[in-house]
Amino acid sequence: MKILVCISHVPDTTSKINFVNGDTEFDTNGVQYVINPNDEFGLTRAIWFQEQQGAKVTVVNVGGPDTEATLRKALAIGADDAIRVNATPTDGFFVAKQLAEVAKNGGYDLIICGKESLDYNGGMVPGMLAGLLNYNFVNSCTELTVDGSAAKASREIDGGKEVIATALPLVVGGQKGIVEEKDLRIPNMRGIMTARTKPLAVVEATGADNKTKAVKFEKPAPKSAVKMVSPDNLDELINLLHNEAKVI
Amino acid sequence: MSVLIYAEYADGKFKKVALELASYAKAVADTMGTSVTAVTVNAGDTSELGKYGVSKVLNVNNGQLTNFNAKAYADVVKQAAQKEGAKVVVLSSTTDSLYLAPLVAVGLGAGMASNVVGLPVSTSPFQVKRSAFSQKAFNYTEVTTDVKVLCISKNSFGLVENNTAASAEDFSPALSDADFNTKVESVEKASGKVSIADADIVVSGGRGLKGPENWHILEDLATTLGAATACSKPVSDIGWRPHSEHVGQTGKPVASNLYVAIGISGAIQHIAGINASKVKVVINTDPEAPFFKVADYGIVGDALDVVPRLTQKLKEFKAQNS
Repeated sequence: MKILVCISHVPDTTSKINFVNGDTEFDTNGVQYVINPNDEFGLTRAIWFQEQQGAKVTVVNVGGPDTEATLRKALAIGADDAIRVNATPTDGFFVAKQLAEVAKNGGYDLIICGKESLDYNGGMVPGMLAGLLNYNFVNSCTELTVDGSAAKASREIDGGKEVIATALPLVVGGQKGIVEEKDLRIPNMRGIMTARTKPLAVVEATGADNKTKAVKFEKPAPKSAVKMVSPDNLDELINLLHNEAKVI
Repeated sequence: MSVLIYAEYADGKFKKVALELASYAKAVADTMGTSVTAVTVNAGDTSELGKYGVSKVLNVNNGQLTNFNAKAYADVVKQAAQKEGAKVVVLSSTTDSLYLAPLVAVGLGAGMASNVVGLPVSTSPFQVKRSAFSQKAFNYTEVTTDVKVLCISKNSFGLVENNTAASAEDFSPALSDADFNTKVESVEKASGKVSIADADIVVSGGRGLKGPENWHILEDLATTLGAATACSKPVSDIGWRPHSEHVGQTGKPVASNLYVAIGISGAIQHIAGINASKVKVVINTDPEAPFFKVADYGIVGDALDVVPRLTQKLKEFKAQNS
């Protein structure tokens, strides 16, 4: 089985979010980048398939040279090789189109993405990729097993879960549950050393039109100060929630 | 042309988000000088949609579609959009709608924007405001294609009544075998419990509750408020509560009308996940807890003391106001 894991290079979850150039660009100053958490859950599941079922795992990212550190980290965690599509990811469709090209050329059986990235939160790439390739698709995937060409997956639904039977080739939008937090791996020294010599191919972008463009960013308006209520005056809280906030 | 919505129907009625979509789409249609069409799957009485501004309902009755199936449902929405010549297709942010929206967008060659939090800033060029960076910022996005697909954040627009006579017609889109290559084998759904996604009020607990044996205090409050229960990441990591209740940046997002945080200090990742909620109440023993900075109402006190008394007061309040 050949697995392609799509990796987004995103600001660490504790990052302060600021913008520059008249609020048109994200301020990368002082920001630490990580593998998008939803992607890391999927990557870890892919490594499980590698160890238990002999799968070959390729990681791919659409981004500039500065994103290679994130791909190297994925290699240190255990991926066999990496591909960087040399382009600035400008919108979800553009990224999906690049990934579809990589997927077609590589003949992958299983493509694992995170269900959304923690920066733009678009949640579009896995579905668009599945749509472009016309592969089967499971989003918000919380469990995944593969037996031959048959796949079984669980997906989160509002208020529960659904078990789905499907077949390869398959695109998955993964999230926590596909592996648990405790299953995530911190690269060890040996992993980091071998990652340096694992293949990392750089391919040029395929022509694709953007369908959207980010015009401007804005930070939320500062919040008005919290109203403190005495723990001995809970009637006041109920009064505020009923008459002022009108939520009960 | 028209504005098309996919109106989700479950358990014998339209979901509240479907009515919110109708309200939103009516406002968009008014600015574009057109009307709203809804497509529904296996819905019963569709007249309720008219109350929120829908003029026409395309109802698909098909036994193959009893279970949600993203590919087939995307085909339904796509064909409805084509039949109506819809320029704007509006979906909700439920897990089902977020699942099918990118497939619809690819099918229609449309640009897509998710997490949309308000009416288009302009319709020519077509620009919307959406939340990004896990609620820490907004992003104005221009959708440059002829047809646009939007996913609207829950509770970002609200319900607006707009009595319209909705005509209903049966709609039978052509579905292919390939639409059914994913099959639902089983569905597990907690019955009788409000899900976090559907809830107007969410009551959430952290380590301040001191142990899983105290959760009944929080559950009593949730029952009294008709709320869903949730928890912080540390609480799910140490196994006090199931992962399905974990809310935050890497857990479930919350966009409720009221979010009550009990014994949660307010890590940046937690706040990112719940910040779309309109009103936030924080109960914590530590007056310096960062959560108070983003709260609307705060109480400094021990959850085990404050919450049972609050529940009791709320019961009295509900009794008086019912």
